[in-house]
Amino acid sequence: MNFDRLKEKLEILADAAKYDVSCSSSGGTRKNKKGALGDSSASGICHTYTEDGRCVSLLKVLLTNHCIYDCAYCVSRSSNDIKRAAFTVEEVVDLTINFYRRNYIEGLFISSGIFKNADTTMERLVRVAKKLRLEENFNGYIHLKSIPGASDDLMQEAALYADRLSVNIEIPTESGLKLLAPEKNRQDMISPMRYIQKGIIQYKDEKKILKKVPKFAPAGQSTQMIVGATNENDLQIIKVADHFYKNFNLKRVYYSGYVPVLEDQRLPSLTTEVPMLRENRLYQSDWLMRFYGFKAEEILDPNVPFLDLEMDPKLSWALRNLDQFPVNLQTAEYRTILRIPGIGVKTAQKIVSARRFQILTMDHLKKLGAAVNRAKYFIDFNAGNAYLKYLTDKNFRKLLIGGSSSKFHNQFSQQLTLF
Amino acid sequence: MTTLLYDGSFDGLFTAIFEVFEYRYKDVEITSRERFHQENIFAEIHEVITQTEKSERVLNKLEQNIGKQGIYQLLKVFLSEDPDLENLILSAVRQSVKNPENNILENFADNDVLKISKICKSVNRERHRMTAFVRFEKMRDGVFFSKIDPDFNVLPLIRKHFHDRYQDQKWMIYDLRRNYGLLYDLNDCEFFYPDEKIILHNYQQKFHDEENNYQILWQRYFTKTNIVERKNMKLHIQHVPKRYWKYLTEKW
Ligand code: SF4
Repeated sequence: MNFDRLKEKLEILADAAKYDVSCSSSGGTRKNKKGALGDSSASGICHTYTEDGRCVSLLKVLLTNHCIYDCAYCVSRSSNDIKRAAFTVEEVVDLTINFYRRNYIEGLFISSGIFKNADTTMERLVRVAKKLRLEENFNGYIHLKSIPGASDDLMQEAALYADRLSVNIEIPTESGLKLLAPEKNRQDMISPMRYIQKGIIQYKDEKKILKKVPKFAPAGQSTQMIVGATNENDLQIIKVADHFYKNFNLKRVYYSGYVPVLEDQRLPSLTTEVPMLRENRLYQSDWLMRFYGFKAEEILDPNVPFLDLEMDPKLSWALRNLDQFPVNLQTAEYRTILRIPGIGVKTAQKIVSARRFQILTMDHLKKLGAAVNRAKYFIDFNAGNAYLKYLTDKNFRKLLIGGSSSKFHNQFSQQLTLF
Repeated sequence: MTTLLYDGSFDGLFTAIFEVFEYRYKDVEITSRERFHQENIFAEIHEVITQTEKSERVLNKLEQNIGKQGIYQLLKVFLSEDPDLENLILSAVRQSVKNPENNILENFADNDVLKISKICKSVNRERHRMTAFVRFEKMRDGVFFSKIDPDFNVLPLIRKHFHDRYQDQKWMIYDLRRNYGLLYDLNDCEFFYPDEKIILHNYQQKFHDEENNYQILWQRYFTKTNIVERKNMKLHIQHVPKRYWKYLTEKW
């Protein structure tokens, strides 16, 4: 193997793949077979973090950045004048195995520019996964990004060797997609997802009857949307996510704040800031839907279809629904406690266990890990709570914003810190 | 006040706890011999001789009350090397004996239980970080070697993880601070305790020929996958605390 050339390819093809945010290796369970390499555990491990603070758990590369398409938001698009490269199947396999052996990664996440047509590209991706599993006896995690328009046969094969499959829908609205990627169409993206979803359901049914059924995309599917490249609002984005969670049993929807890297009239200018705070709020909303029992309609008000940048979506929901508060910690149901701002899943569970032993006070709440500066206004203790008087105060919102701190606070209010 | 001195082992500690009940000591503290400095000259010293039958009797009884999971939590407190670990564990055992119906480790409103749960959280975090931050380096003899220096003694807690994961390569993880390690030789996965500290200078000269190449590839990957426009060092350091950097290949 020519080391210098390999290094150069890796640099080009990692650089081109870095905007894809999906990096998690969670949800896979592939137990090691005796004497083989690798084992994926359900929770996933981040082996390191980039300087921008994102987790690295997989070797994330493109097979090639040659592409016949010309999607405006993509660095690999055909009209962009950049260095091109392509890995051989063997090279990707060798990198994956050697990185895995050194405990750098949990596995591989591979996608590709479309270098001839959808099927040729997809076939090459499948070959990587197949070689890893069958020849290298590899049980680590494999995530394949499927190529829109790939045939069902190839999707079927992909699902046998990969843990997770994804097709990025990239642009949340159809009109946005038409504008930025006129050669692509939504249907080509959705049909492989539909095929995999059916396959997963069929697998589960067969599994009930037969003991030994080959695994079929055991970690499910995910997708990604770019946020801020076109002018959709947050309500539209959340609705699309909700639609995919419900109708395609998606495991994850990722949101990627658009990083302006290309000059194009259809895109935000190169000086536009990456919408990090907005992206963060979308992830918070996504959590509320997946772990806190919130419905998409509850998170955003159709009259104000953007997420509040000043406060997290749970707090902002609470403010719109003051009639649901205060909540009594001693008697309320678990799912009601989950809706209290400043109380997360773990704290809510601890509250429900600890209250069997004694009557809880504000002091306990702090010890149990709640963000008391927010939570204190929304809770009723058996012994009463002096903070409840603020709940009806007309300046309540201001009070809350003053008392909550966000990791984005500085970046958000750089102006204000001057005074 | 009675001070029970034990040998610093997990079984020793539970032998001591057995004897607290056996001799009906009320005002008592347990300390390992190594850490013992006689401060209270009026304290009575009781030397504990480790007996597995005694420690197992306590552990079995305890398991009925707080489950395997509960024992595992106490083991984590033990491995935390917290100066107060013996007395926290004793407190948990006493409460559990008094209150066998409930899992007292769930009574988060009790100060000792809360402290136990905090310690477990820290130990868990370190355990998890070690599964992430161990970096193997392939040596000339084909063994994948890793040096670690965790704040808590988590090596026993990561043994299964690495054993499950790397079955077709020989590997070794060595705790520099505590001078012991884990060795997997394709058959067994055992702890080893060298008589003297392993000397690690000239260590890189023993690398396998291909080792440097893969290290460089990983470093280049690490650099290239970063998005400069989103740089956020505060977040980065929060995730990868600086004390781990010297063992991370990508932080060369
Ligand atoms: S098809 Fe994919 S790789 Fe090609 S330009 Fe569009 S987004 Fe980029």
